[in-house]
Amino acid sequence: MELYFHNFVFGIYPYIALSVLIIGSVIRYDREPYTWRSGSSQLLRRRQLMWGSVLFHVGVLAIFAGHVVGLLTPIAIFEWLGIPHEAKQIVAVVLGGVAGIMAIVGASLLIHRRFFDARVRAASNISDNLIIVLLWLQLALGLGSILVSLNHLDGSEMVRFMAWAQAIFTFDLNAASYVEGTHWIFELHILLGLTIFVLFPFTRLVHMLSVPVRYMWRPGYQVVRAKERRAANLHIPAE
Amino acid sequence: MSHLIDRLNFLSRKNIGTFADGHGVTTNESRAWEDAYRKRWQHDKIVRSTHGVNCTGSCSWKIYVKGGIVTWETQQTDYPRTRPDLPNHEPRGCSRGASYSWYMYSANRVKYPLIRSRLLKLWRRERVLKSPVGAWAAIQENPQKRAEYVKVRGHGGFVRAAWDEVNEIIAAANAYTAKTWGPDRVVGFSPIPAMSMVSYAAGARYLSLLGGTCLSFYDWYCDLPPASPMTWGEQTDVPESADWYNAGFLMLWGSNVPQTRTPDAHFYTEVRYRGTKSVVVSPDYSEAAKFSDLWLHPKQGTDAALALAMGHVILREYHLDRQAEYFEDYCRRYTDMPMLVKLVEKDGRYVPDRMVRASDFSDELGEANNPEWKTVAIDADGSLVTPSGSIGFRWGEQGKWNLEAKDGKGKDVALRLSLILGEDHDEVASVGFPYFGNREHDFFEGTEHESVLVRKVPARKLKLADGETMVATVFDLFVANYGLDRGLDDANSASAYDEDIPYTPAWAERITGVSRDHIVTVAREFASNAEKTNGRSMVILGAGLNHWYHMDMAYRGIINLLVMCGCVGQSGGGWSHYVGQEKLRPQTGWLPLAFGLDWSRPPRQMNSTSFFYAHTDQWRYETLKVEEILSPTAPEGPWDGALIDYNIRAERMGWLPSAPQLRTNPLDVAKAAAKAGVEAKDYVVSALKDGSLQMSCEDPDDPANWPRNLFVWRSNLLGSSGKGHEYFLKHLLGTSHGVLGKDLGTEEGQERSREIRWHEEAPEGKLDLLVTLDFRMSTTCVYSDIVLPTATWYEKNDLNTSDMHPFIHPLTSAADPAWEARSDWDIFKGIARSFSDVAPEVLGVENDVVMVPILHDTAGELAQPLDVRDWKKGETDPVPGRTMPAITVVERDYPNLYKRFTSLGPLLDKLGNGGKGISWNTEHEVDLLGRLNGLVTEEGTSKGRPRIETDIDASEVILALAPETNGEVAVKAWAALSKGTGRDHTHLAVPKEDEKIRFRDIVAQPRKIISSPTWSGIESDKVCYNAGYTNVHELIPWRTLTGRQQLYQDHLWMRAFGEGFCVYRPPIDTKSVNPALRAKADGAPHLVLNFITPHQKWGIHSTYTDNLLMLTLNRGGPVVWLSETDAAKAGIADNDWVEVYNANGALVARAVVSQRMKDGTLFMYHAQEKIVNTPGSKITGQRGGIHNSVTRAISKPTHMIGGYAQQSYGFNYYGTVGSNRDEFVVVRRLESVDWLEGPLEPGTHSKEAAE
Repeated sequence: MELYFHNFVFGIYPYIALSVLIIGSVIRYDREPYTWRSGSSQLLRRRQLMWGSVLFHVGVLAIFAGHVVGLLTPIAIFEWLGIPHEAKQIVAVVLGGVAGIMAIVGASLLIHRRFFDARVRAASNISDNLIIVLLWLQLALGLGSILVSLNHLDGSEMVRFMAWAQAIFTFDLNAASYVEGTHWIFELHILLGLTIFVLFPFTRLVHMLSVPVRYMWRPGYQVVRAKERRAANLHIPAE
Repeated sequence: MSHLIDRLNFLSRKNIGTFADGHGVTTNESRAWEDAYRKRWQHDKIVRSTHGVNCTGSCSWKIYVKGGIVTWETQQTDYPRTRPDLPNHEPRGCSRGASYSWYMYSANRVKYPLIRSRLLKLWRRERVLKSPVGAWAAIQENPQKRAEYVKVRGHGGFVRAAWDEVNEIIAAANAYTAKTWGPDRVVGFSPIPAMSMVSYAAGARYLSLLGGTCLSFYDWYCDLPPASPMTWGEQTDVPESADWYNAGFLMLWGSNVPQTRTPDAHFYTEVRYRGTKSVVVSPDYSEAAKFSDLWLHPKQGTDAALALAMGHVILREYHLDRQAEYFEDYCRRYTDMPMLVKLVEKDGRYVPDRMVRASDFSDELGEANNPEWKTVAIDADGSLVTPSGSIGFRWGEQGKWNLEAKDGKGKDVALRLSLILGEDHDEVASVGFPYFGNREHDFFEGTEHESVLVRKVPARKLKLADGETMVATVFDLFVANYGLDRGLDDANSASAYDEDIPYTPAWAERITGVSRDHIVTVAREFASNAEKTNGRSMVILGAGLNHWYHMDMAYRGIINLLVMCGCVGQSGGGWSHYVGQEKLRPQTGWLPLAFGLDWSRPPRQMNSTSFFYAHTDQWRYETLKVEEILSPTAPEGPWDGALIDYNIRAERMGWLPSAPQLRTNPLDVAKAAAKAGVEAKDYVVSALKDGSLQMSCEDPDDPANWPRNLFVWRSNLLGSSGKGHEYFLKHLLGTSHGVLGKDLGTEEGQERSREIRWHEEAPEGKLDLLVTLDFRMSTTCVYSDIVLPTATWYEKNDLNTSDMHPFIHPLTSAADPAWEARSDWDIFKGIARSFSDVAPEVLGVENDVVMVPILHDTAGELAQPLDVRDWKKGETDPVPGRTMPAITVVERDYPNLYKRFTSLGPLLDKLGNGGKGISWNTEHEVDLLGRLNGLVTEEGTSKGRPRIETDIDASEVILALAPETNGEVAVKAWAALSKGTGRDHTHLAVPKEDEKIRFRDIVAQPRKIISSPTWSGIESDKVCYNAGYTNVHELIPWRTLTGRQQLYQDHLWMRAFGEGFCVYRPPIDTKSVNPALRAKADGAPHLVLNFITPHQKWGIHSTYTDNLLMLTLNRGGPVVWLSETDAAKAGIADNDWVEVYNANGALVARAVVSQRMKDGTLFMYHAQEKIVNTPGSKITGQRGGIHNSVTRAISKPTHMIGGYAQQSYGFNYYGTVGSNRDEFVVVRRLESVDWLEGPLEPGTHSKEAAE
C-alpha cells in the first residue's frame, strides 16, 4: 500500500502537476489576461513590504536557480567537470541555507503583513493567503532538509534526487523507485513542491512567467506599434 | 488569435524598425488587446438627463447605457446658441454630477421598500384580525406599542417589505390621522420643485388632495433673502449667468462662484478677459478670491457695515455733492425715494413713521379706490400727488397700475426727491435713527456711539385730516440714515470720510477691518462704472451673507448700492442672489398639478421655519430675548414675550400660515358648523372668539396639535437641512439625541412665552410615522419608519429649470428603475390607490375647513393698511381674510382620491389659471391635454377628464399650461397683465404665439423658454435674462406698497425692530457657549469659534458626500476647517479628530488646518452625512452629529409680518428663515476615537445634559 502511494506521488503526480501547470497557465493567459498579475499590495501599505519582498524574492530566486541547476543538470556533466558530489552537496547546503534563510525571513514578514495589516488583509483573497503560507512551509521544509543532509555530506542522497528529477523529464517509468526510502522530510518537500506547481496557474504565482526582464535589453524607450494589416477591402471604382 | 501564440511567435520578427537613433522602436506585435479599451467606451445608447439635486447648475447630461446598465455620464454640449459676442452656455457640469452614476448600483442604493422590523411585526400581528385602519389605530392607541418602534429610530432594524404591504400601512396611517386628528396633521417636506417638477408634484398632489400640509423649503433653508420680497415684492429674481458677461464692474460678495456655481463660472472668467474689473468680498481666501482684482476680507458677519460705508461714499459723490443725471432720474422713477414719510415725536425728537397715504387727507386727494394704499409725493410744482403704480392702483381699478410719470388722474408729474432747498422745507427736523453697532458682543467689534443718532432732516408741515404733521421724503431720511452732512449743522453726520460717525468708511474700518481707502475706491469705481454704462455694475451675492440672523441688513445695504446707481433692471447690472434653485420657470403650469388646484382650492401650505421651530420644540430653548433686538426708537406696542409669541400673533392675525390649524379636527369643525346650521366661516369666527375653538399654534405640545405623519421626498431633512438636528431627534422623533442645553422650564431668568401653553414635560416622539423616499440610504432614511426606494435621476422622466440659464430640459429614463425602485410619481400614485382602497373604512366625501393666511399677489394683500391690531386682545374684530386668516370649506372626496390624482380636474375650466396676481382662461389648454394624453374612459368622477397616468403625462400638463412653454398662454398672460397696467405688453410674446414646447422637444434639445409676466426679465435675442428688466423697460410696477423699489420699510414691526432703513446690526448672541459648557472640555486646551457652514466642493449639500468618488477627492468623511493660528492654540494638527459642541449638541470631524481661513472661524461645509466615517462624540455619547447638531433655528419677528402689500405671505416667498451663522462652538482635539461599533445598549439612550 505504501508503495502504491509512493509510486503515485513520485511517478505519476509529477506529470499531473506539470500538466496542470502548463495547460492551466496557457488557458489562463488566453482566457483571463486581466487576471494575469502579481497582485501587489504596495499601494495599500509600503510598511514591511520592502524588506519582506526583497528578501523573499532574492532568496527564492537563488533557491529556484539552485534547484533547476542542481536537479536537472545531467550527472555526467558534473563528472565531466570533475566536481565531486561532496563539494556540490556542501555548496548546495551553504548557498541554499543562506538563500533559504533570507527567503523565510522575507516570507515571515510578508505573512505578518498579510494577516495583521487591516488594509492588506481586507484586500486579500483565499489564494493570496494560502500561497504565502504554503511557500513559507515549503521553505521551512527545505531548510529542515538541510539538517538531514548534514548527516550524509557525501551527496549520495542528492544524487538520488537528481536521478529522480531527470527521470521524470526523460519519461523513465522507474523514476519513483530512485527515491524509495529517502527521509520523510525530503518526500514531504517534493510533495508540497509538486502541489505548488498544481496551484501555480490559479494564483498570483503566474507573474513569474511575465517578469519584464526584457526591459533590461529592449532596444527603444518609445515603442510604436505598427498599424495592423487588415484584410484588404479596397473598393476600386470602375474606370 | 491566441494571446500566448502571439507572444511566443518567434518565427516572425516583431521589431520592424527603429527611429530616434535607436531610442524608439516600431513593432508589429498584435494589437488585438487594444480592443479591450475600445469596448470600455462602447455603449448601446445615450439618453439625456440631469441631476435633480438642489443645485442651480441644471446641467444637461449624456447618460451612457450598456447592456441595460448605466455606465457613465458626460456633459451635453447642444444648448441653443447665444447671439454673436456672447459666449455660449456649454459645457455645463462639474465633478459632482460626473460621479452620479456611481450611486445607481452602489451598496448605498435603496433597493427594496424597507420598514422598521418592530413596526412590521406589530402591524402583521394586528392585521390578522383587524382592518387596515383598525390595525393602525391599535398600534397608535397603545403607548407601549407605539414606543416600541418610535424609541429606536435611527438605530437600524430595517427589513424588506412588499410594496402592497407598505402602501397599505401608509394609507392606513394617513386615513387614521385624517379621521382622528385631522388631515392637516399629515405633512410633507420636499424642496426645490425646479430640480424635478413632476417628482415634487407627485407628493404635493397626493397631500393636497388629502388635505395634508406641504412645507416650504426656500425660507427654511435660509436661501430666501427676505430683503427681496421687502424691496421688490418678488421672492427672488436674478440675472442668468450669461448676463455676468455684460457687466462692467462685477462684485462677488459672499459667493464662491467657481466652487459652487461651477458650470457658470466660465462667464466670470470670460468677462474678465473682456476687461471687467472684479472685486471679491470674502472673509476667507476662497476660490473666487483668486479671480479678483481686489480681495476684501471683512470680519465675517459685518458685511452690512461695509455696504453702508460704500453707500455713504456713493451718496456723497454722486447724489449730494454732484447729482449724476442717470442716477437721479432712475431714483425718481423707480424707487420710493420721492415718497413722503410721516415724522412723529418721540422722546423730544422725531422718528420716521409710516408713509403718507391719500387717505390721510380729508379729500383723500381725489382717490376713491384704496386711498389707504396710495402713497403720496410732491410734484415739481410743489403740489401733492399720488403717483400711479402704488399698490392701491393694482386692485379694484384697472389701467393705472404702471410706472409712467403720472399721477392717479393722468397728470404728468416729476417727483421731487428732496426738500433740501430752502423754500421747499418748513423746518429742519431732528430725527432719531437707531444704532445697534454699540451692543456688546464677545467676538465682534463695537463702537461707543449713542443708541439713537439724532440727525437733521429737511421736513415740511402737512395738513392732514387728523391735524398737522411733519413729513420728509424717503430720500432725505435715507441720506440722513447714512450719516451724511448736508450743510444743516449736524453733529451726528459726517462731512469727511475720516470722521468716526456711522456709516463713514472710517467707522466701517473699525467694524469690518477693511481699510477705508479700499472702501472708498471700490464704491467710487462701482458707481462711476454704473454712471458711464447706465447701470452695468453687478453684485453676485450668496449664502455667505444670507445665512446670518440679520441677513436683511447686509442684503439691503447692497441692494441700496445697486438702486442708488440705477443697476437693477439693467442688462449687465443688478442683484444676483444665487442661493437655492428657486426658479421653477413654468411655475404657473406646474401649480395646478402640484397642489391639485384642478380639483380643490386652496391647498394647505406652511412655512417650515415656524413649523419646525414649534414642533421640534426649539422655542423651548430660546435664548434670544426680544429686548436684545428691539429698536431704541420702537413705537409704543406689545413688544413683550418671547419670539414664539410673535409667531403666534402673526398666525392669529393672518400673517403666517398654521399647521396644524385648529386644535379640533377640521373635518369635525365642518360637521359642527353644518349641525349648527351656520356657515363654517362664521362658526369658526365665533368659536375662536368664545374659546371653544383654539388655534394649534397656541399649544404645539398638546398631542392634539402634533404633526402625525411626515413624508420626506427629494430631501435629506435630517442629514442636511434640519437646523437644530438634535431637537428634531429629541422632540419630533423621540429617539436618542445630543441636546446639551436645558429648556426654559429649568433655566432661570429667561423670558417665558406669554401666548403659549407651557407643558412642564416636553413631548418626545410627536410623529406616528416618518416615510422617506430616496434612492440612497441617507441620514433621513436611517431615522425613518418606512423607506421607499425611488428611481434615480437616470431612471425617470421629469422637468428641470434653473435661474442660471434660460433653458428647460428633461430628466429621462435611461434604464428602468433598478431592483424594486419606482419613480416618485408612481410611488405616490400607488399610495393614492391604496388610500382610496383603505379610506372608505372611516372616510367618505368630507368637508374640510381650511384656513389660509392673507396672501401676496391677491386683493387680500390690502388687508391691514395703517396699524397692527390683534383680535384676540379685543383690539379689533376677527374678520377672516382681513384681521385673521381666511376660512374656506373644501370638499375632499377620499374614496376617489386616486381617480382625482390621475386626471386633470374641472376647476381649471371653471376658474382658469394664473399666478402673481393675474389670471386667464385656460379651457383651450385643457382641451389640448385631453387630446394629447387621452381622456379617462373608466366610469366615475374623473370620466371624460384628461388623463395624468404617467410622469410624461404630468410633464405635458405643466408644459401645456405654462406661459413659459406655451406661446399661446404667454400671449394670454401678457394680455391679462396689460389690462392692469394699461400698457400693451403682448409684443413680448406675440412672435412666439405658435410655439408649444412638449416633452419630446426638450428630450431632443434643451429649449429656451418664452417671456412671461410671471417673471421680471425677458427672453430675447438682444438682452440676457435680467431681473427687474420689465419693471424698468415696460414700466410694470414692482409688486410693493409704492409700486417702486421699496427702500423704506414702513410697517410698524419693521420700525419697531429698527429696520425701517438699512442699518448695521452685529450678529446676535445665541448664548450657546457658556462657562458650564466650556468646562466639559475637561481642562484641555480648546477654542471658541464662529461656526460657519458654506457650500462645498465635494457635494451638493449632502448629495455626493457619501459617494465614494467624492469621498476620495476629499478626506473621506466629515471635516471642519480652521486657521493655522487657531489650530496651534489648541494643539490641533491637520487631520486630527476634533470635537465641536455647544448647547445644541456636538459633532466630531477631522480638522483641516489651512492658511486660507480667517482667525476666529470654523468652517464645516454644508452638508456632510453622518453615515460615513463618523465616530461617536464623547460628550453626547451619540454618533458624531452633523453640522446641524450645533445649530438651532432662531426666527425674526420682521419676517412674520403679513397682510401688508409686499409683506404678505406667499409659500416660499416670505416668512421666517432658518438662519444659523451667528452660532459659536467650542472646539477641542479628540484624544481617542470611539466608533461605537457595538450593539445599542438599552439605557445609554440619551446622555441627558441636564444632569
